[in-house]
Amino acid sequence: MSETTSKSAAAIDRAKAEGRAALIGYLPAGYPDVQASIDAGIALARNGADLIEIGIPYSDPVMDGPVIQAATTEAIANGFRVASVFDVVAGITAVTDAAVLVMTYWNPVMRMGVDEFSRRLAEAGGAGLITPDLIPDEAAEWLEASDKYGLDRVFLVAPSSTPERLEMTVKASRGFVYAVSIMGITGTRQAVSGSAEKLVADTHAAGAERVCVGLGVSTPEHVREIAAYADGVIVGSALVAAVRDGGVDAVGKLTKDLSAGLRRETAQA
Amino acid sequence: MDAPTSKPEQNAADAFLQGGASLRNASGPYFGSYGGRWMPESLIAALDEVQDTFEKAKADPEFIAQLNDLNKNYSGRPSLLTEAKRFSEHAGGARIFLKREDLNHTGSHKINNVLGQALLAKRMGKTRVIAETGAGQHGVASATAAALLGLECVVYMGAEDCRRQALNVARMQLLGATVVPVTNGSQTLKDAINDALRDWVTNVENTHYLLGTAAGAHPFPAMVRFFHEVIGEEARAQILDQTGKLPDAVCACIGGGSNAIGLFHAFLDDSSVKIYGFEAGGDGVETGRHAAAITLGRPGVLHGARSYLMQDEDGQTVESHSISAGLDYPSVGPEHSYLADIGRVSYEPITDTEAMDAFRLLCRTEGILPAIESAHALAGAIKVGQRLTEGKADPSEVSIIVNLSGRGDKDVETAAAWFDMLDEDGNVKGTTLSTRAPKGPAERGSEDQRSTEDQRSTEEQNR
Repeated sequence: MSETTSKSAAAIDRAKAEGRAALIGYLPAGYPDVQASIDAGIALARNGADLIEIGIPYSDPVMDGPVIQAATTEAIANGFRVASVFDVVAGITAVTDAAVLVMTYWNPVMRMGVDEFSRRLAEAGGAGLITPDLIPDEAAEWLEASDKYGLDRVFLVAPSSTPERLEMTVKASRGFVYAVSIMGITGTRQAVSGSAEKLVADTHAAGAERVCVGLGVSTPEHVREIAAYADGVIVGSALVAAVRDGGVDAVGKLTKDLSAGLRRETAQA
Repeated sequence: MDAPTSKPEQNAADAFLQGGASLRNASGPYFGSYGGRWMPESLIAALDEVQDTFEKAKADPEFIAQLNDLNKNYSGRPSLLTEAKRFSEHAGGARIFLKREDLNHTGSHKINNVLGQALLAKRMGKTRVIAETGAGQHGVASATAAALLGLECVVYMGAEDCRRQALNVARMQLLGATVVPVTNGSQTLKDAINDALRDWVTNVENTHYLLGTAAGAHPFPAMVRFFHEVIGEEARAQILDQTGKLPDAVCACIGGGSNAIGLFHAFLDDSSVKIYGFEAGGDGVETGRHAAAITLGRPGVLHGARSYLMQDEDGQTVESHSISAGLDYPSVGPEHSYLADIGRVSYEPITDTEAMDAFRLLCRTEGILPAIESAHALAGAIKVGQRLTEGKADPSEVSIIVNLSGRGDKDVETAAAWFDMLDEDGNVKGTTLSTRAPKGPAERGSEDQRSTEDQRSTEEQNR
């Protein structure tokens, strides 16, 4: 992984220097409206999130479960436009130190133009992109644009990834690698799958310096469990449910609770 | 449409026109700049497994023998090539030949692909298959193959389509499948595919996704085409046998495009044969309510492939509209996008009205009730026949093959409504129920009076 200007890597390293894993919180842009999503993002950052993942609501979110689907469908129904994601990113980066990534299915980026999208994201202060349905094999344009604009490219690895694909994906990534904890889609689950720890170890062994775990992570207990072996913990549906049920205040409270689980019990450098 | 013809396409077109290159057996993952694998990493290993199993099976005489045996002794292949003599009079006098996929077991071409993929599922040791369905044809075919081979089957179907095709829901259930109504998004085919993909990524260890059309991520477009190539191979031999020459044109309807690519494939290298794909024009492409992805879409990625796609300025998928549930899909298989760009196949929209006129015409002239999907191909063939026979002294020298991809029994209710054959209660006019007093405004009497009449007519029926 090339490290030169990675905002995500810097944020994860700051957490590591404090002897803990980084907390990464997901929220959809424009849910329930653009300003509310900026406020929720700021609440995330001020209550312990080191990185923020802003999702672009999309008509066909095949990796998302019911909570995020419902939220993004509502955002689109409320008139969300893709270009507003840059306002959300700029609104959060203007007042916090959190690294702000955009999580997006690929077609909206392709439609705007990969270079144009990248330029505007960089201009808004964004750290990079998380791309759930773009694998490095199809990412030639994005590799080029992310180099040009100094953006992180966070690809996903899964328990089903072969050693060859792990290595290839790690090489293509910058910032961190997103390890999918379980074979499935987003949504809260009772327990975090045991396959996550092995995947993180394998991804580290394949050369990744920073590996963060997401999917099905919703409670401080989950965070504590994952923080013991991963560089960062990604929480999505639980935060979206908090926005839905209690607005900005609920997001702040949940983030505070989640961040309590970050400190590693066995002290590390 | 502002997609430029990019360089690889142009080269392919030049090579083809100069007679050098074959367009047959394109293996994917790319068809020009289309196709590929725009998919979550979680599914890549499964796609690799499908691809590997498919490549090995294709080269295994035992697998091919097994497939041929099922095609012959279970589906009833080869399907007939029927000359439609009375229908032909409406197509400028060109001889129209119908490739009778409607006569296959389960009533459409879909069985060709599901038998192939279900055999692959067994080879991979999967115990469960999932499928999406629009009109219900592919769902019924999948449920059938699953029953035959002892696999668990779950079919995702848009809630809107479940209502439109209630009879097919019952058919699938009778065959032992579980039907899951999908209430997300537009509640049609694309949303059923989304939910099937969510199921697959969760249960991929024991589950094969039996995708029903020549779209999606590699290897599906090339694999689904392979299982349908039998349509074109048979049709080519049959027309040579019946007329002594190749047809002037072949026609098929395009939703995802599986029946079409199956027919077209055999003729791709016959440069004298014009090839036409007919998309669903819905209310008319100028209204925005249609499913004509190639005619009016622009390249994008959906469900794993780069292809023509109906999308808005933000890259959000636009909901498609068609009277035909099976064509109601906002994208199209990637090989079709490629064949459109290089100019080998002409893609044109057919409106609901044109399709339904052709539907009725085939019923009345040939005694064949076509699927509304296939009626789009029939309507297109009428236009093509009129064009190709123009100025010809003997129009019967022109011959055209139309893929009659499915039978229309499932569409009787839709057709009855379209042709105003139903009364306001949804019952067919002219049946015993219509002996009730008409409910026109002039006849509106008191409620008491009407219920007495209703009782009387019921009593009459009961006698």
